[in-house]
Formats: sequence, structure tokens, C-alpha cells
Amino acid sequence: MSAVVEPSQHAASAAQGRRVVKFSIYRYDPDKDARPYMQDLEVELEPTDKMLLDALMRIKQVKDDSVAFRRSCREGVCGSDAMNINGRNGLACVTNLRDLEQPIVLKPLPGLPVIRDLIVDMTQFFKQYHSIRPYLINDTPPPEKERLQSPEEREELDGLYECILCACCSTACPSFWWNPDKFVGPAGLLQAYRFLADSRDQATSERLDDLEDPYRLFRCRSIMNCVDVCPKGLNPTRAIGKIKELMVRRTV
Amino acid sequence: MADVLNHLSNNLPRRKFDAVIIGAGGAGMRCSLQLAEAGYDVAVLSKVFPTRSHTVAAQGGIGASLGNMSEDNWYWHMFDTVKGSDYLGDQDAIEFMCREAPKVVYELEHFGMPFDRNPDGTIYQRPFGGHTANFGEKPVQRACAAADRTGHALLHTLYQRNVRARTQFFVEWMALDIVRDADGDCVGVVALEMETGELLVLEAKVTVFATGGAGRIFAASTNAFINTGDGLGMAARAGIPLEDMEFWQFHPTGVAGAGVLITEGVRGEGGILLNKQGERFMERYAPTLKDLAPRDFVSRSMDQEIKEGRGAGPDGDHVLLKLDHLGAETIMKRLPSIREIAIKFANVDPIIDPIPVVPTIHYQMGGIPTNYHGQVVVPKNGDANAVVGGLYAIGECACVSVHGANRLGTNSLLDLVVFGRAAGNHIVASKLRDVGHKPLPRDAGDAALARLARLDGSSSGENSQEVAGDIRRAMQAHCGVFRTQELLDEGVTRILELAGRVGATHLKDKSKVFNTARVEALEVDNLIEVAKATISSAAARKESRGAHAHRDHPERDDVNWLKHTLWYSDGNRLDYKPVRTTPLTVETFQPKARTF
Repeated sequence: MSAVVEPSQHAASAAQGRRVVKFSIYRYDPDKDARPYMQDLEVELEPTDKMLLDALMRIKQVKDDSVAFRRSCREGVCGSDAMNINGRNGLACVTNLRDLEQPIVLKPLPGLPVIRDLIVDMTQFFKQYHSIRPYLINDTPPPEKERLQSPEEREELDGLYECILCACCSTACPSFWWNPDKFVGPAGLLQAYRFLADSRDQATSERLDDLEDPYRLFRCRSIMNCVDVCPKGLNPTRAIGKIKELMVRRTV
Repeated sequence: MADVLNHLSNNLPRRKFDAVIIGAGGAGMRCSLQLAEAGYDVAVLSKVFPTRSHTVAAQGGIGASLGNMSEDNWYWHMFDTVKGSDYLGDQDAIEFMCREAPKVVYELEHFGMPFDRNPDGTIYQRPFGGHTANFGEKPVQRACAAADRTGHALLHTLYQRNVRARTQFFVEWMALDIVRDADGDCVGVVALEMETGELLVLEAKVTVFATGGAGRIFAASTNAFINTGDGLGMAARAGIPLEDMEFWQFHPTGVAGAGVLITEGVRGEGGILLNKQGERFMERYAPTLKDLAPRDFVSRSMDQEIKEGRGAGPDGDHVLLKLDHLGAETIMKRLPSIREIAIKFANVDPIIDPIPVVPTIHYQMGGIPTNYHGQVVVPKNGDANAVVGGLYAIGECACVSVHGANRLGTNSLLDLVVFGRAAGNHIVASKLRDVGHKPLPRDAGDAALARLARLDGSSSGENSQEVAGDIRRAMQAHCGVFRTQELLDEGVTRILELAGRVGATHLKDKSKVFNTARVEALEVDNLIEVAKATISSAAARKESRGAHAHRDHPERDDVNWLKHTLWYSDGNRLDYKPVRTTPLTVETFQPKARTF
């Protein structure tokens, strides 16, 4: 048989005692619940269960398969499993259980309509993302090969393009809670700056025009919750500051 | 239940599109872009929001002979790919892919993809396993990279470009079954809206499978949870054979215990594999390419080291990937996500300590048989590659076959973009808009409805995930890096037993609203088809080729086995068809012994 290690074999080397974790999970299924409630439950973990997502999968497997949440890559790059964990937005798959106080309180991302349990309706979030025209605009005919960009110009995109659209930031932002239809929010603005900062993009002026209104950009009050929760370590507040700088610069 | 069937069959809502694409990863979105920009009415279905598709997890690069770092050309790339495939790849498709590669990469750049750059402003390229200059002479830098997030950069760029083209996405919709008419043509697909639990028949002149791989048929996998082989299951149930399913790639460097991928780009940047004695053992197995030999070769070498007692760790069950000698600056600049993954999942900072790694299931070389336009082809009336009307397959779910028995790193992202684009162009050239929709057969939704009705009517039985777990454990135990006839034959028996259990599971939660338990139960219908195809095809192939390493038949056998396997779900039946060894314009690369 192959030497490829099954999870259960690894368990032996990481031998630990019984691990039971306590949860309090927001539950709401509009098909059968009149109103939302918090469900308390305990689950015994396998030694290989390390991240919060592992524990949620374990709950689904051995306790209650009706708990609904999104998940896919389980390595922090797809952005599916954002939720509110002990009062703070984060990704379940890269949140280590050992860093969490019990009972672990799980709620859906704040400020968006709940579809069911930990699953929120992200329509408004994506609408704002789409509103900034999140694609390169360059109307000159492309060269036969690549458009040239210096390493320094390319570096301007670092800390911007890595966004995974998990919505941890926008749903932690009080300005977005108040005006989700008018304020672009930190995720959308980070991407707005990603294209403003791209040496290949030619729509700087139109992009700035689009953001110059009392709400779309200027509802940011530099509360910085976005920076605090971003699971990829990105800094939307800084990007918003840079957009404001560009606006000031073009008026003088 | 019959009542429910009648009622629903007659009343299922319907919508018409020119084309329906199932899957919004790199292949699906490259295809949809081609169609949307040409003004076609195209719908893209996806179980997840498009940027959450598994393409997002690709790390190291996309292969193309741009020659930005040193001399390179598509012909060398073609040679490497044919040799890497252990000569099972179809050489017409491989020539097509390698010739198209530079063009599609430049296009991605023009779309805005944030590639890393060289001082002269061109796209940065790094070395990768099996990619060489001058027919195997020395490693070449061919992998076009955006740090170690190339898949993320590619997928987001394609989504963005589709936003610009106003492509219509059906987000969080699961396709259940395709609809074929009396001629065998595909006329649409039945899909489930996850949020509401409602069904819809999407009528289409053309249906495109872009559903990705099925890495989740194994217990230890680098793949995302969504990779359940839905397109393969749908194809198999619709009577379409699956090709070369015995060939599964073990990626040499999955994080031990966690399965999370560590890109080959680490070795491309100069990382090396060590056994417990601190020996760089790949020098013994592959004197020229060393740690950058193709993946099947490196995985087997690692397995050998572990079996012979030179594995690292308290249980001697892994090897070490050392990269601290690259220096903090290179690691932070070129491999930032790898560092993040190593810290989070292996508790080591690779700037200081090596990462414990094991070969881990990563990629399915086989899939739905197609030609290089992406059209699905099946044997019919003596033609081994007769086109199925109205049906395409692209990306990992398809078998073109450019990867043969072993895929080279960076050729997967390339495959997505080249064949997604080619299928789109082929559909546009077929002048779909001038023809009407073929009529939907009366029983169009029946297969999908029956599957749902069984689950909704179930009142007892085991949870579908228990069966899924047993499928994964059986595949892991019986279809690993090294295989024996005894293990494979036992595996066939176990998987066929499990197939019986799949049909008797119980769905406890009957809610209509975003019922993830129902979705997972429906996925198991697809997992089992892929598992049956894999284990049956593997048990029959009495040779070692690429990723199929058979202890009882350790040599490649070109006389008897230089041929593609075709597996049919009906009767668990096998058939074979010849490899297309004639390229489009150049001479055939004749099979040779593979040394590196």
C-alpha cells in the first residue's frame, strides 16, 4: 500500500486526549423557524481537527447535518467561509481552534440579510464590487506581446490584488451597515484603488469622477475595522486614503 | 413519488439560452468570455460564486514558451508535455496547446492579470518540473507567475473581464443532469437553485461541462470540498464514457496531515527535498532535473524513501521541503502564500525550518473524452471519436488528452485557458444563432427528479457522508502512489459494494432553503461514478505508465497498452481507443524510456 498518509494515521502521532469543544451557533431556517435562535452544542473532535472549519465539518458529520455554512478551498484563498467568530469576522478555515475561547459563538456576517444559519445574502456586497468597474480599462490596441510594466509599477498592486472577496471587511464596517446601497465599502474601494494604481489602466479620471460623491467614497470614517479583520492582512483604509489623495491632487 | 414526478415533469420552469456552461472556473469563464463578447446569450452555472472556484487555489504558474528569461519555443514545450505524459497524450491536442500558449498568456495580461515582472517589464517566468530547454537538456523558466497566487490572479481577472462582458451567472446553482434527445444530442441541463431548492430546465443549443476535477474521491487531497466530479457523474449517467480515469496525479508536496498544497514553484525557486538524513535524495533518482523532475517521478521517489525507512518525523512518514536557503526576501516576494500556509497548517516558518510534505492527490488526468475543439467524442459506428451533438467539455473534467498519464506543472492553468477559449471559438464558428433549439424530450427532467425524489422520500438509512467517507478511504487505500493487482481487485469489489449503499442513503433535513446536506448527498452520486471509473480502469491496466505505477507490472508496455481507456457506467464496462500520435504539423514524438 502507498505511503501516502491518511488523516487517521496522522492522528496516532498527534495523540491527544479527548477534545470536546462547546459551541453556540446562530440558527435560522426560514422554511421551518419562526425566528432565529442560538443553538448550544458540544462536539468531540478528532486529533486532526485543527481549524474552526474542521470542527464545523465534524459537527455536520456527527451532530447535526442541517447546520448550513459555505466552504470550499479550506486554505483561506476562496473566501467562502467568512463568518462572525466570537464577535469578530474571520475565515473558519484559517482560524485555529486553540485561539478561540469557548463556547465558540458563531453568527453570520453582520449587516447582510441572512438566508439560512451562517449563510448571508451577499448580493449588496457584490453589487458594490461591480459598481467600481472592477476590470482593466485600456482602449489602446494591445501590442502583439505583453504590455510592459516595471517591477516597481507592479509592486503598486501588492496588497490590493490579493483580495478574496470574503466580505469580512465590508460587513465589519459601520458605514457599510448604515449605507450598504450607497457606500462602496472597504472591499470595493480596495479594488477601485487596485485599478487606479495599475500603470496599464487609463480610466483614472472616470474612476475618480465615479467615486466623487458624498457617499461612495467619503462615507469612510477611518474606523479601520476593515484592517483589523482582513484575513489576508490587506489594508483597505490605506487604499481609501490613496484614492482621496488622488482626488486632492487632481483638483490642485 | 410517481405523483410528484408527473407533476414536476410537466411543470418544471424552462429558460432558453444559446449556450449553458456548467462551472465558473478558469475554463468555464474563459469560454463564457468568448461567447459573451461575441454577443451570445450565455448562462454560466456555478455551485459557488465564480471567484471561489478551485482554479483560485493554483499557485505556481501558467506554462508558455514566451522566452522572457532565456531561449524557449513551443516545440520544446510540446516535447516536454508529450514525454511528461509518458506518451499517452494526444499529440495533435498537445501541439495545439503549446502553440496557443504564448497568445493566451498575452491575452490574460491584456485583460489585466497582475503577473510578476522582470526588470525589462516583461512577464516573470520561473522553472517548473519537467519543463526543459532543447529536449531535456536543462531546466527552462517557462512558468508565468503572479507570485504564488497565479490561479487567484487568473480567476479574478477572468471574472472581472466577464463582468465587463455582462456574462450572465447563475451563482450557487447545482447542475443535476444533462438532457439528451433521441439522436443522442445534448439539449440542456436540469439545475437546482441552492437558495430556494427550486429546479429549472435550461434549454441550450450547446452545453459545456467545465466542472473541474474530482479530487475529493480520495481521503487525502489538495482539492477543495467542491471538487466532487459533478460533470463526470452527469456524463457517466448520460451514457458517455470516461477516459483514462486510472491516471491521478499525486502532487509531491502536500502539507503532511493537512493535505494543503505547497507549489512546485518552491522547488522552481530553488527549494529542495530532504530525507531524514538530510540527503537531497532526488539527485540519486533524477541526476539532471533533480527536484524538478515531473511529479509522478518525484512522488514515487519520495514514497520509496519513506518505505525504505528514510522518512522524517517521529513516524518517518514524510519528507522535508527545505527553502530557508532562498533567503527571507525571496520567500516574502515570490512565495508569500506558501509561508502563510506553512505557518498556519504545518506550524513552521519556512524562512527558518523545512516544511513536512507527502505526495497528495492533486489532479485527474482523465475525464470526459473530447477533441481539441472541446467537443465531446464517443465511439460510434466504428469511429472512435464521433462528436456528441451540442456537448463540450473543457478543463480538468475533460480528457483532450494533453496530460496523458502524467501532467506537467503549469499545464493545467494553460489547459483551462487554451481549451476554454478554443471551445468558445468553435461554438461561435458553428453559427448557433442561425439555428433554433431542438425540442426537449418529454422525459427531460425525469432523471434529476428521480434522484431528488428518492432523497426527499427517504425515511431511514445511513447519512450520505458516511458512504462518502468510506468511498474516500477505500480509494486512498486501494489506489495510491504504488498499486498492486491484489489491492486494485479488492478495491473494485469494495467500491462496487459502496455503490449499492449510495442508492440507499437517508436525507434527514428536508428543508428547501440552502440545504447543504441535500447538495452533499447529490454530490455523492457523482463521487461514486468517478470512483468506479478510476478503480475499474486501474485494475484493468497491466502496465506502469505515468501516474499509474503497478508493482506487478513495473514496466511500460507500448505494444499492448499505448491506448486510452474508456469506462462506461452501464455495466461497469471498459473499452479502449488509440492514442492520437500524429501532431498537426510536426513529426510524431516516438515513445522513449523516460529518464530525467
